[in-house]
Amino acid sequence: MAEPLLQIDNVGKRFGGFVALDGINLTVAPGERVGLIGPNGSGKSTLVNCICGTLRNETGTVRFDGRQIDGMPAHKRTILGLARSFQLPRPFHSLSVSENLHIPLLYAVKSRSGSHLTPAELEAHCVEYLRLVGLDHKARKRPRDLTQVEMRKLELARAMAAEPKLLIADESMAGLSHSEIEDILKLLRQLSERGITIILIEHIMSAVMSFSQRLAVLVSGKKIADGKPDDVVRNPEVEKAYLG
Amino acid sequence: MRSAWFILICVAVAALTFLGLRVVHNDYLFIAGYTVLQFIVLATAWNILGGYCGYVNFGSAAFFALGAYTSVFFHKAYPLPIPALLVLSAVVSGLAGLGMGYLTLRLRGAFFSIATLALAVVLQTLVVNWDYVGGSRGAYVIRANTVELFGFAMPYVQYLFLLMLTLVVLAIVTARTIERSRLGFGFATIRDDELAAEASGVPTLRLKLIATTLSGALMGMAGAPFPYYIGYLQPSSAFGLEYAVNSIAMPMIGGTGSWIGPLVGALLLGIIQQVATVTISSAVNLLIVGVLLVVFVIIAPNGLVGFVTQYFRAKER
Amino acid sequence: MNFPVELLVNAIIAGILLGGFYVAVTVGISIAFGMLDIVNIAHPAFIILGSYLAYIINSSFGIDPVVVGILMLPVFYALGAAVYQVYYLSFEKRGQEALRGLAFFFGILFITEVGLILVFGVDYRYAEAAYIGPALRFAFVDLPYRMLIPCVISLLMLVGLQLYLSRTFIGRAIMAVSQDQGALALMAANPIRIKRIAFGISIATAALAGAFLVIIQPVEPSVGREYIGRVFAICVLGGLGSLPGTVIGAMLLGIAESITATFYGPSWAPAVSFGFLLLTLAFRPSGLLGR
Repeated sequence: MAEPLLQIDNVGKRFGGFVALDGINLTVAPGERVGLIGPNGSGKSTLVNCICGTLRNETGTVRFDGRQIDGMPAHKRTILGLARSFQLPRPFHSLSVSENLHIPLLYAVKSRSGSHLTPAELEAHCVEYLRLVGLDHKARKRPRDLTQVEMRKLELARAMAAEPKLLIADESMAGLSHSEIEDILKLLRQLSERGITIILIEHIMSAVMSFSQRLAVLVSGKKIADGKPDDVVRNPEVEKAYLG
Repeated sequence: MRSAWFILICVAVAALTFLGLRVVHNDYLFIAGYTVLQFIVLATAWNILGGYCGYVNFGSAAFFALGAYTSVFFHKAYPLPIPALLVLSAVVSGLAGLGMGYLTLRLRGAFFSIATLALAVVLQTLVVNWDYVGGSRGAYVIRANTVELFGFAMPYVQYLFLLMLTLVVLAIVTARTIERSRLGFGFATIRDDELAAEASGVPTLRLKLIATTLSGALMGMAGAPFPYYIGYLQPSSAFGLEYAVNSIAMPMIGGTGSWIGPLVGALLLGIIQQVATVTISSAVNLLIVGVLLVVFVIIAPNGLVGFVTQYFRAKER
Repeated sequence: MNFPVELLVNAIIAGILLGGFYVAVTVGISIAFGMLDIVNIAHPAFIILGSYLAYIINSSFGIDPVVVGILMLPVFYALGAAVYQVYYLSFEKRGQEALRGLAFFFGILFITEVGLILVFGVDYRYAEAAYIGPALRFAFVDLPYRMLIPCVISLLMLVGLQLYLSRTFIGRAIMAVSQDQGALALMAANPIRIKRIAFGISIATAALAGAFLVIIQPVEPSVGREYIGRVFAICVLGGLGSLPGTVIGAMLLGIAESITATFYGPSWAPAVSFGFLLLTLAFRPSGLLGR
């Protein structure tokens, strides 16, 4: 079997006396589509933060693309090819929508490849990503002029613009209509076909089930299931803890 | 506007100002004007870290004084022409900015700000106890009456004015160049949302260190000619209250979003203060600046420039 | 060589007394910055204001400064509540406290200092009381009353505050708001009102601290600025928001400053707090008692 793209071994994180993550193990192969589910407060976002470097895990190791990345600042991990969208959108408010996408292109992608894009090329790339999420008509607007749903799409587009190897989509679909969810799923499948590995964190079971090749379940900081979606869903522990 | 054109226009405006004042032939204008120009540099420098990155420096006086005392040190140890002192002061103050940034910028912005406040106090303590540069007694810096530049003779104060004018052009061009560059975008993301910036690949610590070093260096350069301007340097004047409050008030009142704000704020407040100092008293004029700062920060968060642009944007609709 | 043991012991004792006073000075910031996340760098300005008020009333009416401080508690509480209201409406609500909130407090610090210079000038002012001068003596150890009394009352004030925060409903609400504002709101307590009360208490402590200050040393308007470094150094050293931590931090700083002043001269004292602050920030930003 090929070298896993992401390998999480025994990762743990505490906040004071509260154990947010307890010995989490997870392996993600290149090109896989992994779903991560669990009740609120189970540690999903904490895990994402530890993977991406926003938080430091206290125990265990995180390996990405063959390298150990514990202790590496978040921006280096993004340069290596790890990108994430935030659960609560965090756009750059003083920049326009399209300029928000300039940033990962100017920093993550440029640092990685050293390429120099002309302003025209830069803008063209950004518009392409915006078109993929259906925001190209709002390119010149400010984030405060966007609806909640549009801000989520911008979040996702910004993560995509970092041209990652692994994209972690943290609850990007909350509050979207059925057709909008389908649009995002279609987009994620397109990215997957291009070879991008995706971890989808969601509460919307239908989306997670149709998208994931593999499903992991987090409850109270522990991983209680990890396998084929159909098997996991029928696991009695999972039913009790989450699907109930 | 292309950068080359902008530089040319800046230099042209500066040259016209200088020649215009020479025609008017009033030495007081040069003396007062020097102070206003000094504030433009300080305000612009402050804004690079404060307005662009969102990190508040309360210790502008420290960097300014470091520049001034670097001059005094070399004046005693090994006299050098002022342009050389400008470079040396830039290096010393820049390194101070870098050092302090390295110690505090990995933490929250609030800690950085508190550290800058304390830095000014400590640096003043060190200088007061350092007899070589005069300690609390102060240091005299004797300078010539006239200077010859490219064949023209001019009074010393006009020479200093010209130097400060050069620094103003340098500061403004630097600020504007940053604004339009990849670096400037990076700074904006640090101000808007540092966490999201890191996640997007922006090396926030490195950029913040660049901002503190640059800001500190410019402030140090503004301080380098000061001992020559004032003739007698005491710690209380180098570390004076007016530097701390003005470097913050001028950009915040003028507008922190671009290089125009500090320029507007410095010109406005600088001229008002020069007038007030002569007509009322220097303590009252500082009080006015303090009150204006609080009022503007509460009611006009985007400063005068922001106010004006909002007005025009509203009219457009 | 005859190691000056007596000098050292006196320096340490003096440092402890000083530390007690520093507790009064810092506890307001432990609440405002440690618990409410409000970077009130103008706190020393309120203290100096308290000092000058104590001085005026003391020199006009002969009332003991500490009594003045206690009488001023409700006045300063109201002042603190009013300041918080402005701060909340102008900055916290708009999410701009980072840059503009700081500038706001800096403006207040500045206006207070310059205002005091205009009204009182830069001469040193000091209070008169029966206990300023005489000292308690144990063997070779000197315990000046003017240091001892503020130290003792200060520690009592801290104990009182700690009890208040842990035993009363509002006190516990204040501790809660520092940890999770959302949860507090869900419990039907208004977080804004709680924070206003807490900030009012924070400024009220400045009234007493100011009274202590003018007893311990002569004051002039720029004295406030020296205290900014000290206050935050103690706060960070002790672990933000921890009242017991404030005591430990205050004692350590007091002793360090006292020893420095005794053996190297008082003009180096302001540098000590900064050194503490930088070292703590560089190596252990969560403080000695922090997580």
